[in-house]
Amino acid sequence: MSDESYYVPHSSPYPAALAGALFLLVLGFILRINGHGVGIGFMAAGGAAAIYVVARWFGSVVAETQGGVFHPWEDRSFRWGMAWFIASEVMFFAAFFGTLFYLRNISVPALEQTELLWPGYQGGWPTSGPAGQPFTPMAAWGVPALNTLILLSSGVTVTWAHWGLLKNRRNQLIAGLALTVALGLAFLGFQAYEYRHAYTELGLTLGAGVYGATFFMLTGFHGLHVTIGAVALSAILGRAVKGHFTPEDHFGFEGAAWYWHFVDVVWLMLFVFVYWL
Amino acid sequence: MTTGELALHQAHAVPPRGWLRWLTTTNHKDIGTMYLVFSLAMFFVGGLMILLVRAELFRPGLQLMEPELFNQLIGVHALVMIFMALMPAATGFANWMIPLMIGAPDMALPRLNNWSFWLLPPAATLLLMPFVLALFGVGTGAVGTGWTLYAPLSVQDGMGMDFAIFAIHLLGISSVMGSINIIVTILNLRAPGMTLMKLPLFAWGWLLTAFMLVAVIPVLAGAVTMLLTDRHFGTHFFNAGGGGDPILFQHLFWFFGHPEVYIVLFPVWGFTPHILSAFARKPVYGYRAQVYAFWVIGVLSVIVWGHHIMTSGLSTAGLLYFMYSTMAISLPLSVLFFCWIATLWRGAMTFEAPMLFALGMIVLFGVGGLTGLVLADAAADAQYHHSYFVVAHFHYTLFAGGIMGIMAGAYFWLPKMTGHLYSEKLAQWHFWLTAVAFNLTFLPQFFLGLAGMPRRIPDYALQFADFNWVSSVGAFFLGAAQLLFLVNVVKCIRGGPPAGDKPWEGAQGLEWTLPSPPPRHTFQTRPVGE
Repeated sequence: MSDESYYVPHSSPYPAALAGALFLLVLGFILRINGHGVGIGFMAAGGAAAIYVVARWFGSVVAETQGGVFHPWEDRSFRWGMAWFIASEVMFFAAFFGTLFYLRNISVPALEQTELLWPGYQGGWPTSGPAGQPFTPMAAWGVPALNTLILLSSGVTVTWAHWGLLKNRRNQLIAGLALTVALGLAFLGFQAYEYRHAYTELGLTLGAGVYGATFFMLTGFHGLHVTIGAVALSAILGRAVKGHFTPEDHFGFEGAAWYWHFVDVVWLMLFVFVYWL
Repeated sequence: MTTGELALHQAHAVPPRGWLRWLTTTNHKDIGTMYLVFSLAMFFVGGLMILLVRAELFRPGLQLMEPELFNQLIGVHALVMIFMALMPAATGFANWMIPLMIGAPDMALPRLNNWSFWLLPPAATLLLMPFVLALFGVGTGAVGTGWTLYAPLSVQDGMGMDFAIFAIHLLGISSVMGSINIIVTILNLRAPGMTLMKLPLFAWGWLLTAFMLVAVIPVLAGAVTMLLTDRHFGTHFFNAGGGGDPILFQHLFWFFGHPEVYIVLFPVWGFTPHILSAFARKPVYGYRAQVYAFWVIGVLSVIVWGHHIMTSGLSTAGLLYFMYSTMAISLPLSVLFFCWIATLWRGAMTFEAPMLFALGMIVLFGVGGLTGLVLADAAADAQYHHSYFVVAHFHYTLFAGGIMGIMAGAYFWLPKMTGHLYSEKLAQWHFWLTAVAFNLTFLPQFFLGLAGMPRRIPDYALQFADFNWVSSVGAFFLGAAQLLFLVNVVKCIRGGPPAGDKPWEGAQGLEWTLPSPPPRHTFQTRPVGE
């Protein structure tokens, strides 16, 4: 049966509802940042609706999975889909890394050499630019190094959980996933501490020139992705506890694990290019 | 419910009636139809905007509007035409035809497919809403920077810019999700025996389009996000005072913007050989060569963006690199042209509307391509940059290559999609009026550009008056001619002579073995491979 007919889901209200919810969310955000207080209401409604719809949408897919409607043919679609989604995410981060390299190697040195605009500007890296305020850059070998250790360990624990799943050791699966989520949350906690430290003690803010901008945008979007990954892994943990997944068939687990590894690799790049070098 | 029961339940589930059917559908033909209808509607919205612009440019001086509104109209015209008319039309054809061509039961991820479509109307609403809000005294109207959104102007622009940023985010999500769906469908849902090198060229063109979209749309999303934080959250990405650089935005934008040209054109070039082969009653010439040419152009497209910003202060080495790499694209492009002409060579040709539009596309896009070589020359570009020469050039590529190509596809597949033949007489009028009016509109713009008329300015010096007058008259004829298409499509949907399985004698491919219109579900069991 698996290679004879392909499962095409029947009509679903969730995609269009999600589009509508996102519309409200961004409309509210636009109004809010332009000083229209009513935007907050739109944002709350849109955000809540989006969360609800995504939960229902994924819930229906999980129900189908448990109902056994998916076969290796559909499974391959999910795998390809997730792989190409991660590829698009790679390009999103590439835009910000490219920006970092451009600013550091082209635009700051050019400003340094342009005597007319800001005579005496020293340039160099890190910098908050010729008109920026002084700040202290984030040191690599404190909290960031610890966070590197935490995320790398979480990559190990999620793989350990996968081994448990493959060998049908459910306790190892559940313990591994729980550890991974815990490490992810620890990472986010340390990052929150780091941001607070940067804002209150180092003078390192979003407005601290191109260093501050690239620092917070890169680490911030990474942190957002860690959050998404942690939510995904928590959902997988919940499903594992309920007895979902078999050693042969567990794309949901793998999709979340791939995403987690992707987030891990981005962090390594961040550690090297944002914090260390 | 057991597995078997669930599957049975799904197969026999009756889709909701009325508007709910369209809102909730997971059917590739429904979704393809929605894309095409949306695209046609936005084609007229974008067209009306530019007719207002051409009315203003009918003679020198400011007649109809303030310069601010003029700026908003040209920028939103471009965004609407590119993101909401051309791209959805190509995606609509992909939805309709790729599953039929490759023997797939549907698109690989049907719910994602529905989401990709339904992100478009909210995006269109966001982009156009500031025009309405301004009428009620909220904000200063839509985005006023032109579609390129260059900083620092875009950092200083009013609330319309924020609407445009988030419209682009929604459009981007839609494009990336649609692309993922098409890639997965082509890679995973082909009929047995259909190897990649037996894939119809339309599917190949779209596969490369989807690769490019996944590669460049996220970079645009990153760029407009930086714009947003520069505007509202105090960053200095594009501000030299903080060590940033406005030119950085141009690099990021054109890293997306140049491949975007091929994103719009590859689907058209994909089905062009299908049409040429059908109406020349000959097999496609040079299948492999065309596939390889798609790959070469696709790869080159992401490393040539600098030719859009040659006057922004690139280094000499950069200018030379971008000049030669851009000119290198003409080699694989010539391969495509050669294959198209060789497909026609000594064919038993007839000239129905799809063939006429395809030939019009080839000839007029050829003009666009050759004038692109002129602009790619770094020394010449210093003269032509930001002049009407550029406007004429990219309308020869995007209107002649894009829209006329899409029209060829529309006439080619309308009988298959509706089950009815369209009015050939009306279609012939549509083609000839379009071809003449198009050249009347845009050919004078080459000369205006050569004479030094800058683009994006609502007023101009007296010596440009005659050619602008001609161009404006042409534009109104061009717009009016498109109404014939609308009438023809509506008539074709409502009725007409039955099309039969294969309305075109010479057409090849799996889609022509199906009834017209095809049943709601096709290939529920896998077709037998060749």
